[in-house]
Amino acid sequence: MTTSTSLVYLIALPLAGAALLLLGGRRTDKWGHLLATALSASSFGVGVYQLTQMLGRSTEERPVSQKLFDWINVGAFNVDAGLLLDQLSICFVLLITGVGTLIHIYSISYMSHDQDRRRFFAFLNLFIAAMLLLVLGDSYLSLYVGWEGVGLASYLLIGFWNQKPAYATASKKAFVMNRVGDMGLSFAIMIAFATMGTVSFAGVAEQAENTSEAALTGMGIMLLIAAAGKSAQFPLQAWLGDAMAGPTPVSALIHAATMVTAGVYLITRSNFVFDAAPTAQLLVVIVGAITLMFGALIGTAKDDIKKALAASTMSQIGYMILAAGLGPVGYAFAIMHLLTHGFFKAGMFLGAGSVMHGMDDEVNMRKYGALRKFMPITFATFGLGYLAILGVPPFAGFYSKDMIIETAFNAGGVKGIILGSVTLLGAAITAFYMTRVMILTFTGTKRWDENAHPHESPWLMWLPMAILAIGSVSSGFLLSRGDALVNWLHPLFDHHEEHEQHLLEPIVVSGLALTMVAIGIAIAFVKYSRQDVASVAPEDVSVFTKIARQDLMQDRFNETVFMRPGQVLTTTLVATDEVVIDGTVRTVGKIAMGSGSALRGLQNGFVRSYAALILLGAVALVAAIWVVVQ
Amino acid sequence: MTFTAPVLSYSLLSPMLFLLAGALIGVLVEAFVSKAARPAVQLTVTLGALLLALMQLWQIRGEQSLTAAMGSVVFDGPAALLQASILIIAMISVFLIADGEHFAALPAALPGSEEERQAIQSGNQITEVYPLTLFAVAGMLLFPVANDLITLFVALEMLSLPLYLMAGLSRRRRLASQEAALKYFLLGAFSSAFFLFGAAYLYGFSGSISFSGIRQGIVGGGGNDVLLLIGIAFLSIGLLFKVGAVPFHAWSPDVYQGAPTPVTAFMAAATKIAAFGAMLRIYYTVFANAQWSWTPVLSGIAIVTMLLGSLVAITQRDVKRMLAYSSIAHAGFLLSGVIALNKAGLDATIFYLFAYGIATVGAFAVVTLVRDSSGEVTDLNRWRGLGKRSPFAATSFALFLLAFAGIPLTSGFIGKFSIFSAAYESGAKGVVLAGVLSSAIAAFFYIRVIVLMFFTDATEDGTSVEIPSILTRATVVIAAVITVALGVYPAPLLNFITDLAIFIR
Repeated sequence: MTTSTSLVYLIALPLAGAALLLLGGRRTDKWGHLLATALSASSFGVGVYQLTQMLGRSTEERPVSQKLFDWINVGAFNVDAGLLLDQLSICFVLLITGVGTLIHIYSISYMSHDQDRRRFFAFLNLFIAAMLLLVLGDSYLSLYVGWEGVGLASYLLIGFWNQKPAYATASKKAFVMNRVGDMGLSFAIMIAFATMGTVSFAGVAEQAENTSEAALTGMGIMLLIAAAGKSAQFPLQAWLGDAMAGPTPVSALIHAATMVTAGVYLITRSNFVFDAAPTAQLLVVIVGAITLMFGALIGTAKDDIKKALAASTMSQIGYMILAAGLGPVGYAFAIMHLLTHGFFKAGMFLGAGSVMHGMDDEVNMRKYGALRKFMPITFATFGLGYLAILGVPPFAGFYSKDMIIETAFNAGGVKGIILGSVTLLGAAITAFYMTRVMILTFTGTKRWDENAHPHESPWLMWLPMAILAIGSVSSGFLLSRGDALVNWLHPLFDHHEEHEQHLLEPIVVSGLALTMVAIGIAIAFVKYSRQDVASVAPEDVSVFTKIARQDLMQDRFNETVFMRPGQVLTTTLVATDEVVIDGTVRTVGKIAMGSGSALRGLQNGFVRSYAALILLGAVALVAAIWVVVQ
Repeated sequence: MTFTAPVLSYSLLSPMLFLLAGALIGVLVEAFVSKAARPAVQLTVTLGALLLALMQLWQIRGEQSLTAAMGSVVFDGPAALLQASILIIAMISVFLIADGEHFAALPAALPGSEEERQAIQSGNQITEVYPLTLFAVAGMLLFPVANDLITLFVALEMLSLPLYLMAGLSRRRRLASQEAALKYFLLGAFSSAFFLFGAAYLYGFSGSISFSGIRQGIVGGGGNDVLLLIGIAFLSIGLLFKVGAVPFHAWSPDVYQGAPTPVTAFMAAATKIAAFGAMLRIYYTVFANAQWSWTPVLSGIAIVTMLLGSLVAITQRDVKRMLAYSSIAHAGFLLSGVIALNKAGLDATIFYLFAYGIATVGAFAVVTLVRDSSGEVTDLNRWRGLGKRSPFAATSFALFLLAFAGIPLTSGFIGKFSIFSAAYESGAKGVVLAGVLSSAIAAFFYIRVIVLMFFTDATEDGTSVEIPSILTRATVVIAAVITVALGVYPAPLLNFITDLAIFIR
């Protein structure tokens, strides 16, 4: 394997930015945002340099590693802190730093009126550094550090405007739900260490063959829980909608393009575990399938533009998780959809931010309408993202989503048919709710407040949107041309060259998918374009809409199943603690205080007493030795 | 009658010689340098001597010799480690001493008298404290490397005498300070007498004053055991007095409270290292084969010391007295490392000494910062709400308290864990049980202080926190960084100690 000394700069540059801006305080207010952007961009530069180096080497020589230091060295437990850049992580590095830099640029303008802009940029840089550590760590333990780091950055950024109690609560909710997932990851690491004695990716991959399937299944399930927490998958999905409380660039970067895809990374990175544990793999598929429907259904009922996009993110990540659960054939498609999604979803979020910017931070789509004329650039870039997510050829989503649908159909037997149908249905619902967003926002009649003055955003904001729109158009074609990404990732995944049974020909799949998309669009048109849209959400709706508006009861479910029993448990524990434990402690404390006070009497301040004490002590000592010896 | 010139290995003795030379230069500076320039010159000379000594020590760290000074001084790995610890702690203590606020301009004058007013007006400062410190440090370096009873006694007096003086130099509460100095001196003399008495018995037992001679006497057997046992007992009393073990601890709360706080910091940290260093050498090499006689008794003392120190600490209302009792409890913890009598115990004790010494200096450094118009405020009730007024002082003090309590991620945890596991390995289960129990008691009062500082509202009484001088701030920051670093990543130092700490006989 090739070694390098420059990998660490990928992480060190943004980390230094975060440290400088946080420690430098107000002094860095004037230029902090520029420094942070420059550092993120230079990290992207290092990433591009690494890619060119990588392209110049033969396939086996492509992965690059760098050992940083002996991290833990206790008995049989040895972990080096090391970085690993291979074909998989370079995809993430470029996505994180590339999209990250664009969003830095966007935020310069978006956050220009916020007096805490410097702190915002410090957190953004912190996030970039942590996310890079997550994808560059060469062991589950290093990954865990990055995993917690992005959790922290996400918490800080969701609650960036924590003067609003609701936003602070949202960040706490995200943090707590993520902790559940993090526990899964720590259990997975413990299982790996207990059964295989190693926590490095290479070590676990090597040992996976000699490990019992039960252990691997356990580890796989724990990894899946971790992935579900971070990637907002069923049943840990409830935090993502609330996470939209953060500033919109954060939603674009962290809660659409990068951090929430960490679960997909974890599962593809752990391919050696899942390939050897079919039960865990099946669970991955099921979770993906449930979430993609779940997110899509929520998306149909949301009037808040960011929450609608968040539901869509959840659903799209469901596609990726599903693909990753389909084994070697699916990993590359999961990553491809992840990359294209990174472009079009980040672009649409930035578009949503641009709309909010022009509409005095109004997020309710029922108060939009006819914005096309006032924000042509936003409309164009958002529209390209829209076409991409629908999977209309030749936009990016067409390539990546069709591949997933096709792979799902080819999974074989009943499973294949069920999964294929779910993904197809998901595509139709996606088309429906995304068209709804487009119509409500950009076309139809004006439904604004009287004092709204919609206007196009400054170039610093639309430029990143335009660049992302180019990605939404072209990335799918570029990545799938000659199976570029599949071949690139191929050495990492144990891809058996078996001739798969094609249940459906690719052309048939595409045809079916496009038909479903067309149906979705048509329904949306009939419902929202043909008739006037009320600027207040109607109350007399079907019970299904009501449930969907309440996020399919996810919060009520959590409250009933976890929170209430948890509260009962804690009150009981508190009561027990007060009576039994505190009582004991207080009694012990009283005894200790009492004896302390008594002993304190010895300390009367007279030298003669002290000398007498020493003399007594000496006599006692000699006597004691005497007794012992006798 | 012919004289043979003594053969001295100067390179091995040079750390001590540098300090003594620095001290003598300091005396000359007192005589010849103008009053205004003296503080700066003395500080430079003192720090220079300490730094030179430390650098020299780094050069010779791997060497071993039984005959560094005609058999009177031994040099080996533990010696290097202990001396280095003493030097580092002395250095950061000197930073505190350099903050001249703590010392009387003219200690002999009555507080508030005309003489004192004149002394202050003419810009007098006690710069004699610097050469005194260097003399004391030189004695401390000699204490753990002495290889016969005479050298050991000389070293004991060399480190004690300057400390007696330094304890009486306080500017505020002058009488308490002088009373403390006198108490320390009288009781120190008393215990020195025991020490000498014990040395005489050991000579009577073995016919030798050298450690190797006494050891051979024990190994060979056949001597008069009564002489040996009384010798061990009385020699131990001298050493136990210095480390402040019960029942020879009575001086320490009064002296810790009365002495100027920088001196207390220095005394509490460095003296403990020196005295435990000497103890380790004596019990691990000289008395090792008479283990049957002293281990049970020393275990008893360790248990009583831990428990009494922790219990009485709870009832203290004065922060310096509280730290004094905590120091007594820590003497008990450290004794369990001596009792362990195995390699792990030696390594753990050396690590613990360094970690505890650093945290102690840091804690007292914070104490120097909390003041009102009449000097330091040591009444704990007036530390209420310190966290709001001075996050720097309160946070660092909390850190040091957590280290004393042995909370993970501080050096104290690693120290306690390794020292108790060494003692457990050697079979001293009772000591470990008492140790864990008293750690729990101790945690109670450390955490109480943290609660007081952070979660109680302040009373308006004009307690203010001094903006720390650069040197004091440096002491606090260095101590805090080391405390955390040794808690988070102790492996390099532990490995270094394990490789180096082997006694030669």
